[in-house]
Amino acid sequence: MKKLIITLALPLIFGSVNGQKGLEIAKAADKADIGWGSSTVELNMSLKNKNGQTSSRSMSNKTLEMKDDGDKSMITFNSPADVKGTATLTYTHREGPDDQWLYLPAIARVKRISSSNKSGPFMGSEFAYEDLSSQEVEKYTYKFIEQKGSMLIVEQIPTDPKSGYTKRIVTYNKDKGYRIENTEFYDRKGSHLKTLKFTDYEQYLGKYWRASTMTMVNHQSNKETRLVFKDYKFGLKLTDEDFSQNALKRAGN
Amino acid sequence: MKLKHIILGAVLLLLFSGISNAQEESEKLVSHKFKLELEAEYRYFYDKALYPGQKSNFPSAAITPEYTASWNKGYDVITVKPFFRWDVDDKRTHFDLRELYYQKAKNNWEVSVGLKKIYWGVTESQHLVDIINQTDAVESFDNEQKLGQPMVQYSRNTNIGTFDLFYLPYFRIRSFPGEKSRLRFPVVIEDDDVTFNNKSEEWHQDFAFRWSHSIGAFDLGFSNFYGTGREPIILQNQFGYDFFYDVINQTGVDVQVTLGAFLWKIESIYRSSDLQDMFAFAGGLEYTFGNVDGNGLDIGILGEYLYDDRGDLALSSAQNDVFFGSRIAFNDVQSTEFLIGGLVDMERSSNIFSLEASRRVGESWRVEAEGRILSEVSNTEPILYFFRNDSFLKLSVFKFF
Repeated sequence: MKKLIITLALPLIFGSVNGQKGLEIAKAADKADIGWGSSTVELNMSLKNKNGQTSSRSMSNKTLEMKDDGDKSMITFNSPADVKGTATLTYTHREGPDDQWLYLPAIARVKRISSSNKSGPFMGSEFAYEDLSSQEVEKYTYKFIEQKGSMLIVEQIPTDPKSGYTKRIVTYNKDKGYRIENTEFYDRKGSHLKTLKFTDYEQYLGKYWRASTMTMVNHQSNKETRLVFKDYKFGLKLTDEDFSQNALKRAGN
Repeated sequence: MKLKHIILGAVLLLLFSGISNAQEESEKLVSHKFKLELEAEYRYFYDKALYPGQKSNFPSAAITPEYTASWNKGYDVITVKPFFRWDVDDKRTHFDLRELYYQKAKNNWEVSVGLKKIYWGVTESQHLVDIINQTDAVESFDNEQKLGQPMVQYSRNTNIGTFDLFYLPYFRIRSFPGEKSRLRFPVVIEDDDVTFNNKSEEWHQDFAFRWSHSIGAFDLGFSNFYGTGREPIILQNQFGYDFFYDVINQTGVDVQVTLGAFLWKIESIYRSSDLQDMFAFAGGLEYTFGNVDGNGLDIGILGEYLYDDRGDLALSSAQNDVFFGSRIAFNDVQSTEFLIGGLVDMERSSNIFSLEASRRVGESWRVEAEGRILSEVSNTEPILYFFRNDSFLKLSVFKFF
């Protein structure tokens, strides 16, 4: 009887130990990225379909780190030309749905939009909205898988049932401030859907790692989206006032 | 026309005084942005014209350049956005300064001086609380195109919401379609056919106030406008109808509650004037089935109830109507979208069905299609009945620079 209990309990114990370790890694990564304040960056997104045809979008991104909640961010489109000046404002929350507003310059309208459709593609790209939103520790449960040198591999299961994924396999680099080197995404059926690679890392303010290139490959459709980040700026002292609905209307200026 | 020139001169003067002040105090780094939008459009009305002079085919073209100069990290900005449309109909051939303003933002406040566009409200089928700008009624069927409104706007963000104050020194009259045009009354309404019920006419000094706040799932707005009503008041006389501009006081409320994929929306106004008091309401919901096919297809359903206590004399003809519709977005590389809908009269047979579609072509072109079908318009419908043969199809091609 004792033997049976041990046999049954072993995976549970290991399960929780690995769960604890996975959570600790996610927390360590989160902690390593505390204190950057606010930043701005220019993005270029290039979309490649399975025949190799490409199209591109460019946008500006502003982010404000929040102490007790998820980050605030504003994305302004510069191209394609027909959506120039269109902007989104997102207040991410550690728990509960994010608040999101869209500004449509043609009719000068600010529209509150639902943030529940997170699995949909962002601007026709291979990035889903949830891939681009601020990564909060509370949004996943964790399981440590293995360590390969300085690489820590952790399985993450989204807590939100509306996520488009059953799990993500994330590779953290322990020696480089727990930065993420790549992420594998598994769809609702459990099949390997996409791989995201973070490359051309640079360190800012002597501490914070930011990838200059993010490449998302969809293994099922053979489409690819590459995000190139340019002109990262930190220490701009942005405040809540730069992330208001008035600021959203000014975003295209 | 002279009055228009005076106000434009005054606005320009204000703009340039703004430039010189701002340049003294801030860094000299000015960034210039230029945008240009060209549109070729074709409208086809497939039913026989009811009134003499009306055409059925309307080729048209429009140009919208936009220039923005910003400095002080974008906290100071000057925007100039003229608009010109050429059309078969003389009244639809028109020029407007959509925007021409200087804006300064600092910390939690913002000031704008000049011609600008302001949008208020949440519902999709009617825009009741939206009152700052005059509607460019010859430009589009859905009344979403607006004329530039001269204003001084002060906006302040606080912990208890955003407060906006508007001083609106000059009123822009609404233009109605000309002789060759469809969607008009049997008699062409010239600009001065709509008489002012106050002595100061266009120069009545108007004021508006708005409070808006976002608390969790709630987006709330409360507004009050005192000044010349943007929408002419229609009164019946023994021969037909009279149109008046009157000084009104309008109080508006708009609420949106965002819960998961549900958007619940309410707009309501109470308007009073010497000639007419009125109450109107629009409310409903939008629900989106997101990413239904795993490839990004979003299917939204919309339903709104519309009430207007003016009944037959409501220009919108939405006195007791239900709007239902569906928004379909493919979220593909070309941003392909459809919006189909119908406005169904609860008391009469009249329906208006509509389809709007748009798709990007290449990196800098866009194609849009629109259809509005007026079906079984009841002859007891005093305004809409005049337009009963004016169902149309429209195709537009846009090029952006």
